[in-house]
Order: sequence, then C-alpha cells, then structure tokens
Amino acid sequence: MTSLETRAIVTGRTPRGRRRPRPYTPQRRRSWLLTIVLWACVAYFLLPLWWLTVASTKDTSALFSSFGLWFAPEFSFFDNLADLFTTRGGLFSRWMLNTVLYAGVSAIGATLLAAMAGYAFAKYRFPGSSALFSITLGAIMIPLTALALPTYLLFSRAGLTDTPWSIIIPSLVSPFGVYLMRVYAADAIPDSLIEAARMDGAGEFRIFWQVGLRLMGPGLVTVFLFSLVGTWNNYFLPLIMLNSSELYPITVGLAQLQAAASAGGGSQAVFSTVITGSFVSILPLVIAFLFLQRYWQSGLGTGGVKG
Amino acid sequence: MSTTQTRAGATRRPSTATRRQHRAAYLFVLPFFVVFVAMLVVPLVYSGYLSLFERRLIGGESFVGLANYLRAFGDPNFWGGLGRVATFLVVQVPIMLGLALFFALALDSGRARGSRSARLLIFMPYAVPAVIATLMWGYLYGPDFGPLAQIARAVGFGTPDFLSPQSILGSMMNIVTWEFVGYNMIIMYAALRAIPAELYEAAEIDGAGQFRTAWSIKIPAIRPAIILTVIFSVIGSFQLFNEPSLLNAVAPDAISNSFTPNYYAYNLAFINQELNYASAIAFLLGLVIAVVSYVVQLGEQRRERRERKGTA
Repeated sequence: MTSLETRAIVTGRTPRGRRRPRPYTPQRRRSWLLTIVLWACVAYFLLPLWWLTVASTKDTSALFSSFGLWFAPEFSFFDNLADLFTTRGGLFSRWMLNTVLYAGVSAIGATLLAAMAGYAFAKYRFPGSSALFSITLGAIMIPLTALALPTYLLFSRAGLTDTPWSIIIPSLVSPFGVYLMRVYAADAIPDSLIEAARMDGAGEFRIFWQVGLRLMGPGLVTVFLFSLVGTWNNYFLPLIMLNSSELYPITVGLAQLQAAASAGGGSQAVFSTVITGSFVSILPLVIAFLFLQRYWQSGLGTGGVKG
Repeated sequence: MSTTQTRAGATRRPSTATRRQHRAAYLFVLPFFVVFVAMLVVPLVYSGYLSLFERRLIGGESFVGLANYLRAFGDPNFWGGLGRVATFLVVQVPIMLGLALFFALALDSGRARGSRSARLLIFMPYAVPAVIATLMWGYLYGPDFGPLAQIARAVGFGTPDFLSPQSILGSMMNIVTWEFVGYNMIIMYAALRAIPAELYEAAEIDGAGQFRTAWSIKIPAIRPAIILTVIFSVIGSFQLFNEPSLLNAVAPDAISNSFTPNYYAYNLAFINQELNYASAIAFLLGLVIAVVSYVVQLGEQRRERRERKGTA
C-alpha cells in the first residue's frame, strides 16, 4: 500500500505522458536483510537527535553523571526551558524571531525572483536568454567563501553591516533555484494554456501570476524550503556581518553561548541551556519538512534532477 | 514556439506581439539579475581588485600586483589547509555519496519495510543547522560524558579520543556525512523515480536481477543527478568552515587557525586584519573549486560522448 502511494506522490503529475508511473510488480518481494541494514543505518542518523532530546531533559549535573542515551531520574526539561528563555534577558526568543524573519523574508524573496526568472527562461525565447541562463548555471559553482569577505566590505562601506539587510539581501540570490524553476516550469506549464490566456487578452504578467505561479506550486515549495534552510542554517554570513547580539540569528547566538560555556569555569550551568536551545531551535524546520514533504518531494521529483 | 517562427519570417522587425513578449521576459529576469550582479558579480570583482593591494602600517594601501598570490603559493598554512580539504574530498565524499546512492537504490527497490519513514528520517539531519550538528557531535564525542566514550568504556575499549589532532579530521568527516547523506539521497532518489518504466520492462524480459538492473540501468540513468551531487560536495568540502570553527572551542589543540582555507581566510581577515591577503586566499580557493568542478563536468561529458559513440 505505502509503496503505491509514495510512487504517486513522488512522481506526481506525468506531463506529456513522458514519465509513466511504474507498474507495481508483484514479484517485488520484501527483503529482511535489506530492511535490517536500512533501519540500522536509520539508527545512526537518529542517534544524535535522540541524544539531544534526552539531554534537553537533564540539568547540567545530570548531564555529566548519567548515561548519555537515557533519561536521568529527575526531569528538568521545563526548568531548562525557563532558563533558556530568561538567560541574558530573554535574548533567545529574540534570536528565534530574528532567524524566522531573516529566513522567511529571504526565502520568499528568493523564491519569487527564481520563479520569475525560471518561468521566463522556460517559456520565452528572447535574445540573450541562453547566455544569461549559462551564466546562472555557472554561478552555482561560485563558492560563498570568495564572496562573503568582499560583500562584507561593500556592505560596511554602504553602512549596511550589523543590520538585518546584510543577511537578507545576499540570501536573495539562488542560481540553483532558478535552474529548478526553469526545469519545473517547462514541465508543469503547458504552452497551449499560455497561448489560450493570450487569446483571452491577458497580459504577460497576469498570465504568470494567475496561471504560471499556480501550476508551479510544488516547485515553489521546493525552492522555498531549500532557501529557507539555506538562510536558517547559515552561520558564516551573520557571523561576519553582525556585531550586536540582539540581531543574531539562532546559529550565531548558540555558538556564542557554547563558546562561553566551554571557556568559562564558573558558567557551567550554561551547558544545559545550550543543549535545550539547540533542541528548541531545530523543531520548526523539522516540523516544516514533515508537513510539507509531499510538496517538496514532488517538486524535486518532477523537475529537479534532469541533466 | 510561435515567437521563433515570427522572428524567422520577419528578420528585420519582430512583430509587436513578439516584442511585447521579449519585454515581458526581460522584466521577469530583471529582478533576479539585479541582485545577482550586486551580490555575486560586484563582490567577485571587488575581491579580485582587493587582492592586488597591500595595506601597511606606514604608507597605507599600495598596489602590489600578484604579490599576495605569490605569498599564498609559498604559504605552508594555505597548502596545509588545502591538503586537509583535499583529503576530506577524497575520503569523505565517496563515502557520503556511496551511502546516499545505496539508500536511494534500496528505497527505490521497495524491498525494505517502512522505507517511506526511513527516507524521511535519513533526510532529517539536513534540517539541522551545521552549527547545531557540530555542537551536538562535539558533546557526543566528549571524553567525559559523551555517550560514545561511555559505551566504549562499558564494553572495555577504554576512552577513545575523537578530538585528538590525529582523529579530528575523521570526526569532522563523520559530522558532514551525517548532515548531508540524506540531502544527496533525496536528489538521487527523485532521479530514480523519474526513470521511464519501459527500461525496466526491457531488463525484466532480458532476465536481469536486482543488482544487474541497478548497475546497468538505474545508475547510468541517474548519472546527471550523481554528477550534480559530486559538484555540490566538491564545493562544500573546499568551503568547510562551520565545523572547524566550532570544534575549535572543544578541541583547540587539534584545530589550527588555518585548518581549512576558508577558516584561514576568515582568521586572516577578522583576527589578523589582513584583508588583502585574505581576499587573495578566498579568490584562489574559488579558482580551485571552479577548476575541480569543471574537471568533474568535463570528465562526465567526455564519458557521455564516448558512450554515445559506442552505442551508435
């Protein structure tokens, strides 16, 4: 049952009948060996997350005295939570809000820019389009490293360092997103539909907004989620751009707390705060991925990976 | 499409409709390219420009040509870092991508129970920020209350030191593998799902088994996706920064300030205030990445051409 369902979700639509869903072959039997090997590997991927969950219920002394992969007698999760949200005047909630703001705004912006450009590359033939697209593809290979430093210097001249813009603006560029949207739009939006809309007298922009964007749904979710994760998880850029701790995203904030915890002899209590903070901060993305999985997986499945 | 026909028919002046569409297309790509130029092209050029100068305490900034690059070529710190990421690339990337491919094939074969949940759970670490993954593994590796050491002691193996200078690179490889196997798996899995069914029918008629089908049909069919993951991994390995910079707090003796080129460039720029030299290092690193990625693609294209010739 599940395999049939999964197949339907991942293959999604079958544009122009080129990709037919594979027929279910009954001789495909379950293999116990493969099941065991696979789930043993899953255990490796879950172990750290299990540890984090367990550790967030311990106070610092239990952290040192009890076995790492099981709960301690006393359950201190709520105390830790209270500590976490009151440390340094509640700075943690500020970091969470910053992260949501930076990642949300950048992901919406990046998705929109990528969708417009990808749609244009897929559905219009205009002078210079192949050159522009090649440049975009080449840019996928440009390493962030080479860019972060000069971007910092440029921003500091423009007075933009230590502002939210210094995180959001660089995160708006997603060459891979443009590539994904192009492939996706080419598959998902029939030319005949665009022609029909033109016949009805709709302008190009209105066609994009009302026809194109709607049909690109799963592709948009894919690009949105990957840009969201990109900005949410970014450490390097905010580390160099931001000075004031009220502006930190969660990554830089937690790294700083951790550094304080390992360096400070007296501030050992902070270990449990760092761990609980890590636990709380990964929840939103994990939940987002779980809930949106059918969209992003079909987005990747339909378009993401043609050569 | 109709636009190309119109252009071919009236070469001198495209029709009003065509021109309107061109204008719309340019307006659609414009916002992306404005940010693209501002955030990619300008910084890149600026970085190249900066790398040609040197700032001295006395005399200020002066043009030194390629002196910074010459200095990098003779800098054992730069080469050391480059050597470490090269080791990383040669050891960790094949392991990570091999695992990802194995999982993708195993899930695609539909022969394991609960493969849908397994797929999601293997992918989950990707949603965990590298910073938090590194913090977590830092605790897990810890010699005192880290569960790995606790288990090793209980079994009687003594206390393994995951954070010693000898083992830190391997420990880092493990963290990065943990984070990115799932991401690469999803890319490969999506590609496997897109293989047309006819190919399997043909193989079945020829009596190919599971492994034979995987080796001769599935893997060649998803080679573009595999190449994509290789290129992303090359870029990722050369740019290693988060892991060394965060593990530095728990293993300061094992991680020098030039452990990876990216970390070195950061320390040069922000600790030593040597912005120009840091720009040169970053630029060189970018060049190395571009060259290696290009070689990967070139090899792939050559192979593809050879095979096309072989079948023709």
